[in-house]
Amino acid sequence: MTQSTGHSAALDFAQPEPPDLSSGKYVKLWQGPQHPGITGNMSLELVLDGDTIIACKTHVGYLHRGFEKLMERRTFIQNFTVVCRIAVPEPTFNEYLYSHAVEELSGIEVPERAVWLRTMNLEMMRLASFLMWIGGQSGAFGQYTVPNWTLAYRDYVLDLFEEMTGARIYHMYIVPGGVRAGLPDGFEERAREIMKGAEKLLDQIERVMFHNVVFKARSKGLGIITPDMVDPYGIVGPNARACGLARDIRKDEPYLAYDRLDFDTITGNEPDAYGRAYLRLQETRQSISLIRQCLDRAPTDGPFQADMPNVLHWKIPAGETYVKAECTRGEYGYYMVTDGTEFVRRVHVRGPSYTHAIAVMERLAVGTNIADIAGLMVSLHTYPPEIER
Amino acid sequence: MNEILDRLQRNFSISDISVRKPGLVTLKVGKDSAEILIRELRDREGYTHLNFIACIDYIEDGIFTLVYMLHNYASKETLGVHVDIDRESAEMTSIHTLWAQAWTYQRELREMYGINFPGSPRLEEDFCLEGWDQIPPMRREFDTKAFSEERFGHREGRHSEVPRDHMKVELYPNRGGDEE
Amino acid sequence: MIKTLGTEDTLENAGLSAEEQQLFSNARPRAYEPYPIKAVEDFANWARANSLWILAFGTGCGAIELRPLMTARFDANRFGVAGRPTPRQSSVFVIGGYASVKTLKRIIRSYEQMQGPKFVIALGICPVNGGMYFDSYNTVNRFDQYLPVDLYITGCMPRPEVLVAGIMELQKKIKAGRCDGANRYVENFDWYKANQKKVIKNWDMPDYNW
Repeated sequence: MTQSTGHSAALDFAQPEPPDLSSGKYVKLWQGPQHPGITGNMSLELVLDGDTIIACKTHVGYLHRGFEKLMERRTFIQNFTVVCRIAVPEPTFNEYLYSHAVEELSGIEVPERAVWLRTMNLEMMRLASFLMWIGGQSGAFGQYTVPNWTLAYRDYVLDLFEEMTGARIYHMYIVPGGVRAGLPDGFEERAREIMKGAEKLLDQIERVMFHNVVFKARSKGLGIITPDMVDPYGIVGPNARACGLARDIRKDEPYLAYDRLDFDTITGNEPDAYGRAYLRLQETRQSISLIRQCLDRAPTDGPFQADMPNVLHWKIPAGETYVKAECTRGEYGYYMVTDGTEFVRRVHVRGPSYTHAIAVMERLAVGTNIADIAGLMVSLHTYPPEIER
Repeated sequence: MNEILDRLQRNFSISDISVRKPGLVTLKVGKDSAEILIRELRDREGYTHLNFIACIDYIEDGIFTLVYMLHNYASKETLGVHVDIDRESAEMTSIHTLWAQAWTYQRELREMYGINFPGSPRLEEDFCLEGWDQIPPMRREFDTKAFSEERFGHREGRHSEVPRDHMKVELYPNRGGDEE
Repeated sequence: MIKTLGTEDTLENAGLSAEEQQLFSNARPRAYEPYPIKAVEDFANWARANSLWILAFGTGCGAIELRPLMTARFDANRFGVAGRPTPRQSSVFVIGGYASVKTLKRIIRSYEQMQGPKFVIALGICPVNGGMYFDSYNTVNRFDQYLPVDLYITGCMPRPEVLVAGIMELQKKIKAGRCDGANRYVENFDWYKANQKKVIKNWDMPDYNW
């Protein structure tokens, strides 16, 4: 169950020798796309020696839709309806980053009210995503009470989304120029009530999950990421913060209203699965506090969309930009290149799971017990749709 | 940032330096000195984080432009290194020894664009596509709509409108010429 | 060694190597017959409709709304719906949204391993006509060319209430005896197989996955 790295990750990039499968000592297993122990749809090709994994190869591409090619065929205003489907469980960051990149390249200024509404929308999305993740992490270790709680409570947050934007999962609320609508009446009271309930739920989860003997025994020492692994592997987000590195894009390079909100970067000092899980629990609490601050301080009147040019004939001058945001998994980035026509020349989506699920997973899986592989995968918080887009 | 650019300009032949926005600078370097420049940026200038490696297809000029986006956590600056390579025989030195994550990007670029990175591990393995028998799909000469119609068929009853033509014909039939 | 049938009515299994051919059966699939007494068949249909076990395979976007479906708010369990980890124990395959070519191969493999009577629910607009990925080079446009579909639930994304309504509709169809997707698959097996092989170019599994 424990995992040792044994050598400095920064120096050893050579692929290990594949084990000799015909020797009769090893078992090859596919933890394939149809498996309850996989987050989303990717597969692991594992070679086992008894119960311990000695080689792991990841296979992605089950969700490949060719988004970057599709986005080149659609005009700027048609694209925003498509982008939210790139990262299925957490779609709003795609909408925000796409809109932000387009606004930067075309010089559109977003009004103040829209900035606050966007911030609140993103923090609510973080809350919903973390709730689902907490359920996934405990479910991976066999504790099925907590997923039922969190998935059920997440529905209340999706109800808030439905009031705010009209849809539960794919909101298409953050558009180039601002947001699509203001908040309905009575939204604030309902939101505050749900935040209160979420705090109580998180306290209960901390008692049930994090003080649980079995959870501690299985997750402590699992998937240790050392600080010298972080930069060579491009590890971002809570996975890196759990090693003690204080890197949070909301603090380092603030965007939207984050420079006016009051919060600290949360770091941990236990870089194993338990430490990462506890850090994410604290970040969930932080999201609740940020949502409350946004509800307190968001302006309630004013325009929520900037004056836009005629979007059906919208040509953006040539340029390129890279925008990023801190989603629940880390640095999510959009690289956009325009060339003066109505279509975008190139959009590249940089999802954090690109490195976590492939290079880091193959590295950390070696030496773990087969029973803990699902827990390890969930503790890296990987979402396959954003790997292969 | 300006000191870094001065140092780089003295040692390498970089061009097209452009400040896109505060904190993001892009520059272009020749293909032969790209790997050394990136290594220098990583080791001596503190650009230790590789954001991504992407490729832009300029079919009208016959080149691929590879973009290496590097980030410096200490000074919070991002630097994009553009490298032009030839489209017909697309090949570039591999940087898989500089970052442990880089081989994945190179594997994807080989599958999507057909760019070869000699020495990069597991380059021939499929990344996203299985049993792909056409040209690399992200190249601009690949027509994805035509391919989808031909390989997968379509179901009747789907009605598409091009907004500009609809406006010209239905809504503003008396106005001639393009709206600019 | 699996007992292989004689020359008539067997499958070619051209995608397998010589030693693998000994490991897989080359028999054609068989249709299941309804019970001769109508009352028994009605009882069996009632039992099947009230114990629809779903294969837990989230093939695409639609899987994200399957999780809330199982929680207490929408509670699919009261319809007898439960998620099963293996195709051997499930009777409903929920195609959650789009099917990329790589996933389609695994969907076919899992579907053929399910035991009849089996049903397919297609969620979302993508299996109907390609949805918003109609011009994508990696997603199929018409799902029922590859596997028989018993029920379409359209939307993007369909809400859990719509999923519950769809389950009830499927139950009505099964009780009326009109759900024969599995038998349709067997009767038109060559047509389905030809369509599948047209898009899946690396066919390295048996022609029918028993």
